[in-house]
Amino acid sequence: MWRSLWTLVRRDISLIVMRRQDVLTVVAFFVIVTTLFPLAVGPEPEILRALAPGGVWVAAALASLISLDRLFADDWRDGTLEQIVLGRQPLPLVALGKITAHWLSLGLPLVVISPLLGYSLGLRGFELAVLAWSLALGTPVLSLLGATGAALMLGVRAGGALMALLVLPLYVPVLVIGSGAVNEAMHQAGPYAHLSLLGAMLAIALPLAPLAVAGALRISLD
Amino acid sequence: MSSRRIPWLTFAAPRNFHLLVQVLVPWLAGVAVLLAIAGLYTGFFVAPPDYQQGNSYRIMFIHVPAAWMGMFLYLLMAMYAVIHLVWRIRLADVMARSLAPTGALMTFMALWTGALWGAPTWGTYWVWDARLTSTLILLFLYLGYMALRATVDDRESGGRAASLLALVGAINVPIIYFSVEWWHTLHQGMSVTLTSAPTMAPSMFAALLLMTGACWLYCAAITLRRAQVQVLEDEADAQWVRDLLQPPTAESARTAEDPAGTIREEGHS
Repeated sequence: MWRSLWTLVRRDISLIVMRRQDVLTVVAFFVIVTTLFPLAVGPEPEILRALAPGGVWVAAALASLISLDRLFADDWRDGTLEQIVLGRQPLPLVALGKITAHWLSLGLPLVVISPLLGYSLGLRGFELAVLAWSLALGTPVLSLLGATGAALMLGVRAGGALMALLVLPLYVPVLVIGSGAVNEAMHQAGPYAHLSLLGAMLAIALPLAPLAVAGALRISLD
Repeated sequence: MSSRRIPWLTFAAPRNFHLLVQVLVPWLAGVAVLLAIAGLYTGFFVAPPDYQQGNSYRIMFIHVPAAWMGMFLYLLMAMYAVIHLVWRIRLADVMARSLAPTGALMTFMALWTGALWGAPTWGTYWVWDARLTSTLILLFLYLGYMALRATVDDRESGGRAASLLALVGAINVPIIYFSVEWWHTLHQGMSVTLTSAPTMAPSMFAALLLMTGACWLYCAAITLRRAQVQVLEDEADAQWVRDLLQPPTAESARTAEDPAGTIREEGHS
């Protein structure tokens, strides 16, 4: 069972990595949205610094949202998804495998590049580490939550805007706690309470979200 | 069928549901109107002005019930969604679907009256207060639910998808509430909060209770009526609906002359 899960994860990662431009598009989107903040607000360092945690987090949430398209849609279009669902593996586990692969190939690059963007907005040292940590804990939760929406939206016309309406309200707690962690780090208070809460959200979402995704996939493929 | 053993399930049958609603709705609506009249009278003429806010606090009598109903109806909707997903009872889906617009309306009213109340008390129509923000997100959850329903063409799979979304949303509602609450307390304290209001005069409390009852019954009446229309629409081809639209006392030849007129007449009830 674990071996087939591993195979699925490896397959998904290599599929995404083979089309490198998808990864690059999501990363470029993340960078561009973050760039819009200084352009819209003006270059004053204090204002930018105050905006930095929220700006980077909003950009990451939006990047995660647009990357959800890739999660099931390709496999659904060519019929692979149906075969996987018909297979012997428990569907929640399959969902977890696909989400893991998706996060490793499209979420992790955001985490890696985030200190650079944080630096450009005026975050320094410890704050950058907290930013990367909060994203490392938070973006998997975003992927897990968003996967339910992505599974429900399979085969729905005009899915993009609707997906934002379905998924973004669910992102709110992660966004609040995630950017809160960086804010706390900026004000000499420990970010650890926030980081622990993010970890708790991940711990809750990790077993529950795949169940919801499996249910959503069954509904969509019916 | 297990409908013999669980008496509640009797009303899961479309026909029984229709008959039940037919009896219930006039009562619910009537009592709602009476309660609203009593509540508004108590609220406007009996309850004393607030020593801090003067008369502007009186919008509370519509604001607070609306906010309560907005939250309560979402949980109720999620409950019906679970019943629909687990036991595949069609009527539960119809109920969830009928609750959504009323819940969204109540949530919107809570926000709207809250803004109008905020203007004289806080000096602004909108602040990013924890309660305001989580109510706004609740409205988005309602809108997402209704949008998903409207987008999926297939009634059956669309209903199940929406039910799943309602369930996921309901699990998230407390998390959203607490995260936003915490976010708010981390940043700034409100100058005036609802919770720090002085203890209420008994007449204020009575008016609030009456208005809550009125709101509750209004929501029940309007939701049941909407569900009933939905059931009739879904079951339009069923024999009992035909019997209903063509009363057995009428000559079949006479009703056959003008079936469209009969249907239109009944369709509005």
